[in-house]
Amino acid sequence: MEALLQPVAELFGPSWPAVWTLIKIVAIVAPLMGAVAYLTLAERKVIGYMQVRIGPNRVGPKGLLQPIADGVKLLLKEIIVPSGANKGLFILGPILAIAPALAAWAVVPFDEGLVLANVNAGLLFLLAITSMEVYGVIIAGWASNSKYPFLGAMRAAAQMVSYEVSMGFALICVLLVSASLNLSDIVISQGQGRFHEMGLSFLSWNWLPLLPMFVVYLISGIAETNRAPFDVVEGEAEVVAGHMVEYSGMTFALFFLAEYANMILVSILTSVLFLGGWLSPLGFLPDGFHWLALKTAMILFVFLWARATFPRFRYDQIMRLGWKVFIPVTLIWVFVVAVWMMSPLSIWK
Amino acid sequence: MEFKTFVFYFLAVIMVFAALRVITVRNPVHAALFLVLTFFNAGGIWLLLQAEFLAVTLVMVYVGAVMVLFLFVVMMLDINLDRIREGFWSYLPVGALVGILMLIEMVMVLGGRYFGLDAMPAPPAAQAGYSNTRELGRVLYTDYVYPFELASLVLIVAMVAAVALTLRKRKGVKYINPADQVAVRREGRVELVKMSAEKE
Repeated sequence: MEALLQPVAELFGPSWPAVWTLIKIVAIVAPLMGAVAYLTLAERKVIGYMQVRIGPNRVGPKGLLQPIADGVKLLLKEIIVPSGANKGLFILGPILAIAPALAAWAVVPFDEGLVLANVNAGLLFLLAITSMEVYGVIIAGWASNSKYPFLGAMRAAAQMVSYEVSMGFALICVLLVSASLNLSDIVISQGQGRFHEMGLSFLSWNWLPLLPMFVVYLISGIAETNRAPFDVVEGEAEVVAGHMVEYSGMTFALFFLAEYANMILVSILTSVLFLGGWLSPLGFLPDGFHWLALKTAMILFVFLWARATFPRFRYDQIMRLGWKVFIPVTLIWVFVVAVWMMSPLSIWK
Repeated sequence: MEFKTFVFYFLAVIMVFAALRVITVRNPVHAALFLVLTFFNAGGIWLLLQAEFLAVTLVMVYVGAVMVLFLFVVMMLDINLDRIREGFWSYLPVGALVGILMLIEMVMVLGGRYFGLDAMPAPPAAQAGYSNTRELGRVLYTDYVYPFELASLVLIVAMVAAVALTLRKRKGVKYINPADQVAVRREGRVELVKMSAEKE
């Protein structure tokens, strides 16, 4: 690999590191966009089957070209800017929605050593970047100069700030037990312990000792991405489509891409932090990226399943769940884990 | 020019520009957004100083939480700009005083060699594997644990006080306890009555 790249590197000279990083970024973002496109199809198919329908089956064989058709349609549509809108911010809104959704992928490890930026403060970086996701929604809602988008933006601001707190506490538990902020180290630290030596690796991953945190993180992840049953931000029956009411064409598509990219991000992070990342569930099977993909797909299925199953939460109930249930539970569990680690019963030695 | 220097000036120029716009722009929402940009660039400069924990915390706390709530409030307010501009001349002396004080401090920092900077030599370069987060945590929870806990206590008292001061019990609110809602059983709501058909 190195010898193969040598002539290309000489061609670019000193700008080679930047070019090489760009190539790596494309290698992450292009499959991600493909995954986003086909996640929309998977969602419609899964929900279709759950509701005893067939789902899209007209474009291409078995409807497999449906996302391409949707993409082309959105690209060709006109972008309408409302006359009373703040034009600059109206365009900035969707950009700010998608930028953090993509930037967060820089620190996600796909396999041992296969990560764009193997930084020590990876988990902190993720917390900071995901906390900026809300700006796209707020700015879009305000710049639209319209009532429903504004209501949606206000809901988004309150909801995302609330659930970030419990998400943060769940992450604190993870970094406590793995004693590292580096995501690759967090994965590697899950591949040890008594069950791992017995060949039952999946029992030594973080999800079992941190089970309440796993559940809280997953539910908060659904709330952070504004997915059903926490989709009061765009709840069509209440605020039409929230911050997306006035958007059309590509500006709307960017919100859509951001939402699905965030879903995949939350799923892959749940796999990395709680389900052992690329580690194989049983001792005799080889580790590899395919395990991470499989775990991520499973959690994505849970996202779709939840959407097809649960009715939408009422807004005050969302706030209650976030502040009065999750935050006390996570706070107490941080304390419990800390005491557990200091006690002779600790399993993380 | 070294790449690091270029990054510094890039971040610094945007930051100073955004900071200037915070106080010159007319629309308060734009001002708040420029403040967000300022914080973000300040975080970038702290990263250059190898203070990654502080940088990320700055972005997480100020950009991710404080400014979101700030925007929340600013967007809801109907601010009359003329009313705000009325008091400009009466507030100017106070503002000028604060500005001059800050200018003096900055001159003392930037012109350190005239004020005995030699007494404080530059810290040694961090060795490989140095973790800013770990070092900060160690200092905060060992050497400075009492001041740290005291500060958190003061904060929580302030929080409780803020809630207690603004809390008002409204009468006539139809609040439903979710626990009661969940505990509802069929027997409590539905009654099956068996009766023979009635004729008119």
